[in-house]
Parts: sequence; structure tokens; C-alpha cells
Amino acid sequence: MTLNEALAVMWPHLRDEVCVFANGYLSRAGCAMRDRDECFYMIGSMGLASSIGLGIALAQPRRRVLVLDGDGNVLMNAGALARIATAAPANLLHVCFDNGAHASTGAQRTISDRVRLEELARAAGYRWAGRVSGGEALGAAAPGFMRREGPAFLLVEIALGPPGPPGPRVPHEPQDMTARLRRVLTAAGG
Amino acid sequence: MNAPYPADRFVDRLLAAGFDFFTGVPCSLVGSVIAELERRGLYFGELREDSALGVAAGAYLGGRLPAVIMQNSGLGVSLNALGSLHLLYRMPCLLLPTWRGYEGKDAPEHLVMGAVLPQLLDLFGIPHRAPAVDSLDADVEWAAAELRRTEKPVALIVRPGLFG
Repeated sequence: MTLNEALAVMWPHLRDEVCVFANGYLSRAGCAMRDRDECFYMIGSMGLASSIGLGIALAQPRRRVLVLDGDGNVLMNAGALARIATAAPANLLHVCFDNGAHASTGAQRTISDRVRLEELARAAGYRWAGRVSGGEALGAAAPGFMRREGPAFLLVEIALGPPGPPGPRVPHEPQDMTARLRRVLTAAGG
Repeated sequence: MNAPYPADRFVDRLLAAGFDFFTGVPCSLVGSVIAELERRGLYFGELREDSALGVAAGAYLGGRLPAVIMQNSGLGVSLNALGSLHLLYRMPCLLLPTWRGYEGKDAPEHLVMGAVLPQLLDLFGIPHRAPAVDSLDADVEWAAAELRRTEKPVALIVRPGLFG
């Protein structure tokens, strides 16, 4: 299962969640697949997708927030797992697409083949943490996961590749992404 | 030297200026400010300064106006978040870095950052002031206006002795 295939399996189960995409290929793939005003695509600040999602979840406790992360990002800021778990926002869901590599910089290996990131999340104190492998398992797990009380962590094993980016660069100007998400979140009255 | 600026009055000033989300990583120079924020249930303590900036960015996306407290050592940790998140995405926040190593008088680990702190903020295009007790009220007003106008982070550098 590639990243794009995994996103395609998950997408029908998304509703009005605010989605924070980690930098690198995740943002490109997510934006190319289905762009919404509720989506925030990081193009830098590696490691901080989960912290940004936490900030949104704390500021907007009635909105559901979905962080779409990668193994390199989670490992870079593993302390965020502990902070999210202890803050315990019920409205925060955290998915990690794990291909075991820094795909966008040339597929250098991470260490996620030896560190089970969902177990880090569980040890930190996430309400729920689990792992799925393969499109069928993801399809079966996704609807239940999207309804879980957070913080919940789902590790999705994906294949490395195919070679090259999974979509074009995010076309939006960064400040436009800030403005559109703020519009959505402040117009709704929290 | 003047008497220190009372921490509770500073928090009042920040709230009056519109700041409504407070996060950061501690420094002894702002211990009384953090204690006052915690006493009011307003402080979300973070583990790393760049994580605090990430949370502040999320809070801003969610409609809040954040302030981030840190020791200036943590400004080094923060530079990529400032450069590729806040400055790039036009997300304002009030930075409250302390000034360990001020005038070269401090423990050795603070001297390099202490010597370059204002220039480092200048390099990143972050407006800053280092308030005195009798200028702090005006400086908070200035910072709040400046960060709203520019949609960028603005720093008030906390020198030793500003707060008790």
C-alpha cells in the first residue's frame, strides 16, 4: 500500500475534521488528493505537525482535529507524544504513515523498523494506540478510529515509493492557508 | 535599580492587550510570570521551545493570540519554527525570551547566545525591545500593535531583574 493508496482508503471516512499534514510528501499527497479549507499543509517546520494539531485542539475543543504525520516527523519530535498524551485532548486523532524512511529527501532510513511508534504513543498515555498493515485492514479500522475519543494514535504501515513525489508541490501561498483555516475556525464560533 | 515589575500586573497587561494563549518553557527570570499564569489556569507548559511555537501556531489558527515564554537558549531551538512556520505563514505571536548572558555576566553556557540575542532577532526580521520596568506597559502595547500590523512574531526580551 502506497501513501496515496492509504489516503484514498481513509478519505471516505473523513468528515469536517481539521487536518494538519506533516511536511514532505504527506502534504503534497494530501493536497493533491482532496483539498479543503480545513486542511493545513506544512511545508517546513518538520516535527511540529502534532504540536500544531495540539494547539488547534486546545483552542477549539469542539472541533475534531486529525494530524497526518510520518515516521520521520514523529521521531524528530517524539516528546510531543508525551505532551499530547498528558494534555489528553479528546478531539485529537493522530495518524502516522510509516514507510521507515525520509521519503522526500532520498529515502534515507529512519529507525521506525526497530521502534514501534504506536507503542511509544501508548506508553506516553494516548487513550488508544494501534497499528494496521495493508489496505483491507486500514479500511476496516478507519471508520472506528475516526470516531474514537482522543488522543488516539494509528500507525499505518505503508510501502516506500513509488519513486518521486506523490503529488505536485502545495500550490497555496502559506499565508493563504493560515487565513483560510482561521476563517473556518473563527467563523464557526468555535 | 527600580523595584521589579509585578508579575500579576504584567499578566493583566498581556490579557488587556488581547493575548489569550500562553505556552512556553521555563526560565528562572520569568518564574514569577509563569507562576502567576499557572495560578490563573492560563499556562500550557511545553517540553521544547519549538514545540511551544508549534502549539502557539495551532492556537493562532484556532483564533487565539499566543504568547510564548522561553529562555534565550531556547531561541536557538526555535529558529526553524520561526523561519519556516511563523514568519512563512504569517502567524503572529508574542515572544518573551529571557536574556541570560546579559552584558556577559552569567554562567558560561549563556554567554554566546547572550552576546548575540538582539542581532539574532534582527537577522530573522523579528522586531524586539528589551523593556525596563518603567517602559514595560508601553512596550506591551507596542508589541501587540506591531504583531497585529505585521502578522509576525514580536519579541519583548526579559532582562535580569525585570520581574521579581
